[in-house]
Amino acid sequence: MSDVIKIKRGLDIRLKGKAEKVFGSADMPELFAIKPGDFPGLVPKLTVKPGDKVKAGSVLFFDKYRTDIKFVSPVSGEVQVVNRGERRRILEVVVKSDNQNEAEDFGKIEVSSATKEEVTEKLLAAGLWPFVRQRPYNVVANPADSPKAIFISAFDSSPLAPDYDFIVSGLEKEFQAGVDALNKLTEGGIHIGVNNESASKVFMSLKGVTTHAFTGPHPAGNVGIQIHHVSPINKGDIYWTIQPQEVISIGKLVLNGVYDASRIIAVTGSEVKKQSYVKTKVGACIKSYVENNVEEGSLRYISGNVLSGDKISKDGYLGSYHSQITVIPEGDSHEFMGWAAPGLKKFSVSKSFFSWLCPKKEYALNANLNGGPRAIIMSGQYDKVLPMDILPEHLIKAIITEDIDKMEQLGIYEVAEEDLALCEFVCTSKLEVQHILRKGIDVMIKEMS
Amino acid sequence: MKALRQYLDKIKPNFEKGGKFEKLHSTFDAFETFLFTPKTTSKTGVHIHDAIDSKRTMSVVVLALIPALLFGIWNTGYQHFLSLGQADADFWQMIGYGALKVLPIVVVSYVVGLGIEFMFAQMKGHEVAEGFLVSGMLIPLVLPADVPLWMVAVATAFAVVIGKEVFGGTGMNIWNPALVARAFLFFAYPSKMSGDLIWVSGLSKGEGIVDGFSGATPLGNVITGKLDLLPSTLQSFIGTIPGSIGETSTLAILIGAVILLATGIANWKIMVSVFAGGYLMALGFNAIGTTDAMNVDALQQLCLGGFAFGAVFMATDPVSGSRTETGKYIYGFLIGVFAIMIRVFNPAYPEGVMLAILLMNTFAPLIDHVIVQQNIKRRLKRVKVNA
Repeated sequence: MSDVIKIKRGLDIRLKGKAEKVFGSADMPELFAIKPGDFPGLVPKLTVKPGDKVKAGSVLFFDKYRTDIKFVSPVSGEVQVVNRGERRRILEVVVKSDNQNEAEDFGKIEVSSATKEEVTEKLLAAGLWPFVRQRPYNVVANPADSPKAIFISAFDSSPLAPDYDFIVSGLEKEFQAGVDALNKLTEGGIHIGVNNESASKVFMSLKGVTTHAFTGPHPAGNVGIQIHHVSPINKGDIYWTIQPQEVISIGKLVLNGVYDASRIIAVTGSEVKKQSYVKTKVGACIKSYVENNVEEGSLRYISGNVLSGDKISKDGYLGSYHSQITVIPEGDSHEFMGWAAPGLKKFSVSKSFFSWLCPKKEYALNANLNGGPRAIIMSGQYDKVLPMDILPEHLIKAIITEDIDKMEQLGIYEVAEEDLALCEFVCTSKLEVQHILRKGIDVMIKEMS
Repeated sequence: MKALRQYLDKIKPNFEKGGKFEKLHSTFDAFETFLFTPKTTSKTGVHIHDAIDSKRTMSVVVLALIPALLFGIWNTGYQHFLSLGQADADFWQMIGYGALKVLPIVVVSYVVGLGIEFMFAQMKGHEVAEGFLVSGMLIPLVLPADVPLWMVAVATAFAVVIGKEVFGGTGMNIWNPALVARAFLFFAYPSKMSGDLIWVSGLSKGEGIVDGFSGATPLGNVITGKLDLLPSTLQSFIGTIPGSIGETSTLAILIGAVILLATGIANWKIMVSVFAGGYLMALGFNAIGTTDAMNVDALQQLCLGGFAFGAVFMATDPVSGSRTETGKYIYGFLIGVFAIMIRVFNPAYPEGVMLAILLMNTFAPLIDHVIVQQNIKRRLKRVKVNA
């Protein structure tokens, strides 16, 4: 293993409600949904209608502009409903499980003899391709590209994040098979970013990969940060990224020839009564995990973590890329003279609240903005939480002014929303940094295609 | 509190669109958010936010200004009674006199400034920004105690409109609004803003002044070559000298600096660089030593005039200062250098700090541009190395 890469800038937000390393006893939900909104830039084309019988791996919809990229059902059962939003945009395709676990047979992959084309074809057919994402832009990868390398972050450093060492334990064989298949897709090899403090055997004993150890606060576990420190993205470079549980799904396809959408997710957050891990599947309805398991009050349910996850309803569905559910208070109430209070229960990077006197305290933060949006006033706040050689404030300003040259020059290719999430958290002026960045990325995709 | 909240909720519709007092929406909103933090929750992006907001930030700065304000009030009284030859006057007498002189200036500055801010917020349909809470306190503190109130009003109006709102409000301005007010008065009414008579309250009227009392500031004495009248470094550090209301006591200012740095609100890089730049420049002049002004002790230079005040409260204004981390060192250092240079070379403007900061405010975007270009070049170089 190469030297440990120290991430110096960043921030660990100490939240209440970390998941215990035990499996909860909740039932497998009946409903599952795939949400086109999880895949930025996707224009879905439906292939099923309510009432259709599907198996695990049956196509639900595909990408209108890249028709070979298919999105498949995680379970066998029946398409129950297609929920649409404004202008009939497809929000979610809901499948009702029949608990039969029937799966489409795609045939095993003989990795040792397979070519890149064969592996690609199999991943596309089995609906596993959407899990391969590309940098720049953090969108579903283009199968025709030859990436410089594939990066996998083997740990999640975000608040209350699930522990991948726990999740992948016992799945060495599947992980290795997945990695072997991915190795066929690139000539630059597979790079795994592990946590220097606690990398498990599964990751350390992998063959045919380059391991990089990271230490430091969040966002050390973000794959974008890891790429930046190992081999920064230049204009024209393409890297692919994939998450550990998705590698295991690929491994299962290699070994068994079926699409296995199993996931282990952490149910976390200060408002969850019993925080634990549960075994589930991609797109699961979270109802059975949170019902009777949350505190009273106005709550916010998040698929993913508090920094980059999506707000969902209490009977919403797990996002395709997510391994975590977080429940926090909504915080939609007024507070008397909140700006002047000593603030022992408030978390702030600045020391203007007296909570800094207790450096180990864990907080139950809510979704309140804690102030009104303003023009950018403070400087240097973003720099402190972004461990990249990037000037985040200037990049954001370039995006706001739609200055495409500047966006490119200031490194928009190197960042994704999750990398700048902490900037949004610390912002005194409450700028919607991630939203602005995605708009900038959309502009770049349009401009470059 | 519940009753107050209910009352606010009850009268709120009157201020919404279509309500009776629609024109006062911004005003209502400002008071409502002052009393109760808004219940808005995040819609996109992160679900949790840092507890800090603009109100908290600005109130910390105002808090940091309080020691300088209190000392200024006392010193105004102290200098006044000194000029009357009554140095043994009661402490509360001095505070009372000072408060009568200083507080009206503070009130005028806030009323005029906030009035204009509320108007602009309503016209543009956005929330009232808190920036003026700080400017409104800075303006009185950089003025002499005897300044006529109408001048304070005119200068504040000028600063808010021309110094800030024409650029788009808080966060968009090029220059520090409080310094714009100060510079406006300095150039529009030079006779009221410089000379020996204006710095001690009551001196320009000249009633009952003891013979031989000079109200000249130490810097004034330096320029006129009366180095023997210069107070000791300790005296200028503590601040029992004539000068602008809040600027004389380096000690009180440093208490403010500690608050700003401990809370992380002000940038230490700028603050330290200003002092470093000023000190090195003064040392350099000491070494040359051809004029009286060059011979003032380097440490004392930092305690005289508005240097410390400018370094701690004005130069660190994030909006008008440099916004890149490396740029902050350059920006601060040059403020220190220019402040002392103007002070030493230009007898017409003994107060160089104000001009130095305004000058560097103007150049801050250029400094940032250079730093940003370096970042861009590093990125381009990476491509070439790889290729």
